[in-house]
Amino acid sequence: MPTINEKLTEEIRTQAKALLANGTVAAVIGYSRGSLPMTVKPTVVRTAEDCGKLVWNSFCVLNLANYLPEVLKSVEPPRGPRDPKPEGPLAKVAVLATGCWSRNIVVQTQEHQVDPERVVVMGVASRGMVSRRKVEEQFAGREILTVEELDHDLVVKGADFEEKINRWSLVRDNCQTCTHPDPVLVDVRIGEPASERKNPNPFQQVDEIEGKSSEERWAWFTSEFSTCIRCYACRNACPLCYCPTCFVDDAKPQWVGKSLDAVDTGLFHLLRAYHCAGRCTDCGACESVCPMGINMRMLTKKLNKDVLNLYGVEAGMQPGSPLPLTTYATNDPQKFIVTEAKAVKEGV
Amino acid sequence: MTSETNMTSETNETAPWEPKIIAFLCTWCSYAGADLAGVSRFQYPPNIRIVKVPCSGRVSENMILSALKSGADGILVSGCHPGDCHFISGNMFARRRFPLLSNLLEFVGIEPGRVSFSWVSASEGEQFAEIVKTVTERVKALGPATRLIKKIDQAA
Repeated sequence: MPTINEKLTEEIRTQAKALLANGTVAAVIGYSRGSLPMTVKPTVVRTAEDCGKLVWNSFCVLNLANYLPEVLKSVEPPRGPRDPKPEGPLAKVAVLATGCWSRNIVVQTQEHQVDPERVVVMGVASRGMVSRRKVEEQFAGREILTVEELDHDLVVKGADFEEKINRWSLVRDNCQTCTHPDPVLVDVRIGEPASERKNPNPFQQVDEIEGKSSEERWAWFTSEFSTCIRCYACRNACPLCYCPTCFVDDAKPQWVGKSLDAVDTGLFHLLRAYHCAGRCTDCGACESVCPMGINMRMLTKKLNKDVLNLYGVEAGMQPGSPLPLTTYATNDPQKFIVTEAKAVKEGV
Repeated sequence: MTSETNMTSETNETAPWEPKIIAFLCTWCSYAGADLAGVSRFQYPPNIRIVKVPCSGRVSENMILSALKSGADGILVSGCHPGDCHFISGNMFARRRFPLLSNLLEFVGIEPGRVSFSWVSASEGEQFAEIVKTVTERVKALGPATRLIKKIDQAA
């Protein structure tokens, strides 16, 4: 009896092969086996013969939308920056997408980074991706050699042990609180569609921090980000980060210092999160790739909460409508504004 | 102002502490409002340092955080009233962004009241003076800024 993931892998291979063989797409973005347990490699498959490399499992933590603009460019005929766009339709690219990744493709379309006509979305309903860090914490001090996946359990094997653990308990925090596991765009359906999940409060972790005093929050912020080594993995894994020159690389003016000083790292994380305001889909790629295990997702999650409460928008859920910060309403909330009337009332 | 300049001056034992507040004023309304306050001789605390910007929509999070990093005790961003923007909608976009930034700063432990926003038109000299008074009093109540300030001698 094949497991859910084995069935999905088989379906992905068949569909990708068909798309490449009949010339619908020039490339398929998916995952292939990684060299370490619990890892997979993002892979671009360009021939039907290579489709056997593709896999699907619970460790696909990176967001494949991140690679989409670059792969789309790679299948175009080469041209200079000022050369006109070639005539006729350009080659298409297929990409595997779960709920959050497909929402990122919507955001990339809204920001004119991706031509939706050229993208074939192979939609997979996400069952939640497993956090490698959580598994490693369970087996602290023991080397994990292989991890096999059953439908609802993981079988973790080392040199002298073999244990079965419940999969859901090891799923990443962002997947556990996710309410939209099914892709918003689907051109080719892989597996069965999933229904919306009910979650009374997806922002519980944010609320917990908000409930603290200003001093406690500052203490949390400084300790959480104190281990940052400024490797920028969080930025590089993010499908929203495509600026040719990132603000951290700017030297004139240098908004954020390049040192490991606590203020510089703090400002980097604040600005990185703020740049994702109204665009972040909480895919968790930033947190998954962090070598130091920093929960920088809390900052973007806080912004997601505010954008939802103030402007009623969840990024990528409404294809065709503008992004929340690229538009405005005449009756936007403005309680935060200091007014002269307030000044008189406060008796200053 | 270079990014590494530390504005926190040595406090004199005899003089009481006075906050330094950076005010980003849009050139079309709030700057003119500040000008009118001066011409009309309305008194307001001398704690603000005015930075003239083309529009409140021009004020980016980089500027605000950079001012905080350099040791500013408070920030005031002021633009035209909604509907009066010289560029039609610059302040409307700003109005969407500002609460997100101030909420995020509060979330990481910056005291509420350090960063303020207001609308002042070119004819509101008196109101400008009132707002500066309120903002200065608020920042004074909070005391000198200690968070997110980069100190060069301690920098790694």
